[in-house]
Amino acid sequence: MNPKALTASENLIEFRDVFFSVHRGATGEIISGVSLAVPQGETLVLLGRSGSGKTTLLKLINGLLAPTRGEVLVQQRRTTDWNLIQLRRSIGYVIQDTGLFPHFTVAENVGLIPMLEKWENTRIAARVEELLQLVGLEPTEFAKRLPRELSGGQRQRVGVARALAVNPPILLMDEPFAALDPVTRTELKSEFSALARRLNKTIVFVTHDLREALYLASRIILLETGHIVASGSPQAFMQIDHPEVRAFAASLAVHPGA
Amino acid sequence: MSIWTFFVQHRGEILAATFEHLQLVVIAMAMAILIGVPLGLFLVHRKFLRTIALGIASILQTIPSLALFGFLIPIPFIGGIGKRTAIVALALYALLPILRNTYVGLTGIDPAVLESAEAMGMTNTQILLRVRFPLALAFILAGIRTATIITIGVATIAAAIGAGGLGTFIFRGVALVSDELLLAGAIPAALLAILADLLLGFLERRLRVS
Repeated sequence: MNPKALTASENLIEFRDVFFSVHRGATGEIISGVSLAVPQGETLVLLGRSGSGKTTLLKLINGLLAPTRGEVLVQQRRTTDWNLIQLRRSIGYVIQDTGLFPHFTVAENVGLIPMLEKWENTRIAARVEELLQLVGLEPTEFAKRLPRELSGGQRQRVGVARALAVNPPILLMDEPFAALDPVTRTELKSEFSALARRLNKTIVFVTHDLREALYLASRIILLETGHIVASGSPQAFMQIDHPEVRAFAASLAVHPGA
Repeated sequence: MSIWTFFVQHRGEILAATFEHLQLVVIAMAMAILIGVPLGLFLVHRKFLRTIALGIASILQTIPSLALFGFLIPIPFIGGIGKRTAIVALALYALLPILRNTYVGLTGIDPAVLESAEAMGMTNTQILLRVRFPLALAFILAGIRTATIITIGVATIAAAIGAGGLGTFIFRGVALVSDELLLAGAIPAALLAILADLLLGFLERRLRVS
């Protein structure tokens, strides 16, 4: 692991020997002794199979889950010490199913948190327009639509815009592009990667797709049954000699029909 | 005498009874909604109390309606002969479908939507009022619709304890073996039920978010 990354002052997110299990006790741990630090501006990709604990790690960051043991720090403060509402409003969250509010228009979805933060209406409207343009949706065409009137890719764009609404320093993304068709996925991936660089957010991105991880990450962490088994920059990662890394590398190989 | 001429001759009484009937139903439904919907909201996160409340409402509905009217008569303040007792009984009867649909609607929300709402930093109250409630509205209305139709029917029995309404004709018709009287009560009651069903069904479709 990069030793520089462990100097506390610049880490936006830090895990210190974190354990998590649904039922307190030694058995059935979903996360076992994870320590990691995410410096400002990094795009960290958590890679792993289903059930490896990637999503659980994300939820430990925004306090949807609390560690059974150890501590998670966000902006140098333990998540258990944060006011959870404030913590979550400083963290954008994008999930595969988008979770858009079906009874709100696109503009209302994006403007919800600014509204709850009691921004003025004109400021909200301006912010919504800015964000929709940022994610490539023409405001005049899309602002008044309901989520069900959008394609999967458009919905996910709205999801990203909504997560960015109050300009949070941290963005958590849980397989945001996994449910999209391959063409749309590739488009969104490259647009998002450009957007992420421009906005200089600290991003933790969960995926089971090594290709996506290599494309987006400044660092990849590989999880297996709740443990970190490998960590490194995309180039370094592929050189790591670990069975799980090789298993993922094998998934890159072209298979017949693909 | 044909039924038609009977209706024309007694249109004043029939209309008055229909209005009285409607009054019983509307007041009882208003009470049931004002109790059932807030109670459903209150019980979303309270599993133990919810089991008890739904249990009580279910038991109330298993009591035969005529018996429920009878049980209430001796109770002070709400009891006695007349409209008040009937309205309380009708409201108790309507409670279960409203409460159950409110609860089912509020808890049957797409988990991804609830997870996003929580992760975005909405408080429990904000999630309840801005996400759960609007998304449950069509469901709640379906409960109100069911309850209204039941209440329109059951309210005919309220005549047995002197509450008036269309049941008056029906009870008289049974006693005198008169088809005209029976139908003078039954037809307007059926029309009311159909009308309520159409109206509330229309509202429900307008509110549904799929």
